[in-house]
Amino acid sequence: MSDLEQFRAETCAWLGANCPEEMRTPMKRETDGCWGGRNWVFQSEAQKLWLERMAAKGWTAPSWPKQYGGAGLSRAEDKILKQEMKRINARPPLLSFGIWMLGPALLKFGTEAQKMRFLPEICRGEIRWCQGYSEPNAGSDLASLATKCEDKGDHFLVNGSKVWTSYADEADWIFCLVRTDNTGKKHHGISFILFDMETEGVSTKPIKLISGRSPFCETFFENVKVPKENLVGERDKGWTIAKYLLTHEREMIGDSGNLKPVAQMVAELGIIPDAALQAKITELTIDEWAFSQTMSRMLAEAKAGASLGAKSSMLKYYGTELNKRRYEVMMDAAGYDGLEWESERSNDGELARLWLRTKGNSIEGGTSEIQLNIIAKHILELPGT
Amino acid sequence: MGLLLTEDEKMLQESAAGFFADKAPVSQIRALRDDRDATGYSKELWLEMSEMGFTGVLVDAENGGFDMGFMAAGLIAEQMGKNLSASPFLSSSVLAATALKMAGDKQAAKLLPEIVSGKMVMALAVDEGGKHNPDAIQMTASPSGNGFKLNGKKSMVVDGHMADQIIVVAQTDDGLTLFVVPTDAKGLDTERTIMVDSRNAARMVFEDVEVTGEQVLGEVGKGADILNTVLNAGRAVLAAEMLGAASQVFQTTNDYLKERKQFGKIIGEFQALQHRMAHLYCELELARTSVLTALTALDKNPKSAGPFVSMAKAKLGSVAKLAALESVQLHGGMGMTDELDIGLYLKRIRVAQELLGDADYHIAQITK
Repeated sequence: MSDLEQFRAETCAWLGANCPEEMRTPMKRETDGCWGGRNWVFQSEAQKLWLERMAAKGWTAPSWPKQYGGAGLSRAEDKILKQEMKRINARPPLLSFGIWMLGPALLKFGTEAQKMRFLPEICRGEIRWCQGYSEPNAGSDLASLATKCEDKGDHFLVNGSKVWTSYADEADWIFCLVRTDNTGKKHHGISFILFDMETEGVSTKPIKLISGRSPFCETFFENVKVPKENLVGERDKGWTIAKYLLTHEREMIGDSGNLKPVAQMVAELGIIPDAALQAKITELTIDEWAFSQTMSRMLAEAKAGASLGAKSSMLKYYGTELNKRRYEVMMDAAGYDGLEWESERSNDGELARLWLRTKGNSIEGGTSEIQLNIIAKHILELPGT
Repeated sequence: MGLLLTEDEKMLQESAAGFFADKAPVSQIRALRDDRDATGYSKELWLEMSEMGFTGVLVDAENGGFDMGFMAAGLIAEQMGKNLSASPFLSSSVLAATALKMAGDKQAAKLLPEIVSGKMVMALAVDEGGKHNPDAIQMTASPSGNGFKLNGKKSMVVDGHMADQIIVVAQTDDGLTLFVVPTDAKGLDTERTIMVDSRNAARMVFEDVEVTGEQVLGEVGKGADILNTVLNAGRAVLAAEMLGAASQVFQTTNDYLKERKQFGKIIGEFQALQHRMAHLYCELELARTSVLTALTALDKNPKSAGPFVSMAKAKLGSVAKLAALESVQLHGGMGMTDELDIGLYLKRIRVAQELLGDADYHIAQITK
């Protein structure tokens, strides 16, 4: 047996013995997931057990080095773990911006002390993070951000506000882009800092979306004191980290590899499509398939561990537009039933709310138009204006 | 997974790229068209393709071929698409060769080496109406003596105007059957049809064309199995050809956007144009993946490759069309001129899109 086969066999056995039955059912809604953090209330004993067991194994962040709470898995092993989890319908043990976004940035740009302080906590699901990027006047033009960060000798003083901060009201800490210098070009003078959301002067206000839900907040900073050791990377050079992190975010948002095929979603509605709808579903099925295969191809092409660079913009653009198309077709298929908003039958309008939520996919993490700009500039090498 | 090319495949791709750019660039099809060439392709090129081993890419070594598989055939076709190189590669080396190879009978042993050497050209006569529809074959093969009599008509027989032999699909009492018929058979009337892409096909009318039992390819009534794989091979190779053609017009257009000036600016600076190109880039990447996947599936198991091939042919049908249309529009008035090659690509893509089933056809196939 090869090493990988051996690993698969062991993984399969371990998951079989350790994944609670309750954690082998599909999540009905986003809120069914485990986000962890200081104030997290586990929805069941099984959810708690599953997180603890996976974290002990280093499998909440399988590819991170062991000393930081990961399992040091190779890309091939990581893939096997994902496949084996999918095979038994295991839920992810932890949903975490710490794992998806901050962690990769800390691994690349953080000091050893920062890594040791934050990464193991992230892996154990003991700290929940939010991302302070966009501001009321810095959306697509992110680099024009203006949240002020002054050097007060033994600490930084932060004043300003952020918007579209995911789950800021539930997060423990924030990783935040701030302006430490506004005398030069806008990409210069941005710094990347971390601070506790319980620090005096931090407040949040949820934003109600068209879906009726509030996954995002406005976040305000009024004379917030931040210890200097919480600066990641070099002062004024945070834009490099911001871009690196955005690339990760794009790959993540674009990742529809694990999405349920639209044909299956329609079938689960119990609907038999007419010919015209069926043609739309098939056309989408082709694109879902071609897209997920393209994602595999691009990951295989990028050397192990290397970033996809500007190609991540392609995945972000296409993946999010595809997801919007999927939900338009779902609404077509569901007809009157899909329009129900408040009923037990419709799980309180779950489909309609998801449909509305997808409209943000092509806006958050850089709009589709921004992604097309990046492709035009960096891949097609078309001249800038 | 076949999504990444092996070293051997990369070498083949490179040698095919060099070969077609050198021996059969776009200027060749333009000259053939302007000279109203009777064959419609360069015979010299065809013999050189044979020397390169391209004609025998799907033929086994026993019969003089190289048995390199469908991925290899697709890589060759992609380069033909880039250069709009005309040849009977699809009809003879892909469709006919696959049919003969699958039948694996005496006729195969006789005909395959001649296909490889390029001395003989064979074509496939399947469709009868205005659209690809192999489920609607009406041509009959009725028993006559110890053979059959063929009656009916065929349309869009690619390269049928100059082929030496035709593989004809007809209905017998036992089901679909394939016959090998020489083009000079008595009762067979052939009309050359010059198509919009300056390539050639034929309309054929069969009136009591007599064939012997020995001309049956494979077994009587068992033609459907062979035909299915033959058509899928052709579709995947056409998808690969379209990928080459579409990538080429995309590249040409991207270069043009960096050159052309209006309003005192390079037009590639305009965001409206940048976004159309960036979107097309994404679609072409998906198209490439779908072609690679279809060819890999065929090499793995031709019998189960149908859905993958249909997905690729449908995807390329729409993406290659988009590439051609965007290319004309972004070239402005110049895109409408015969002087530029853009129009030649638009025309070839339209034909390749239609051949062996357009996007609508394949979407319907997948749904079945």
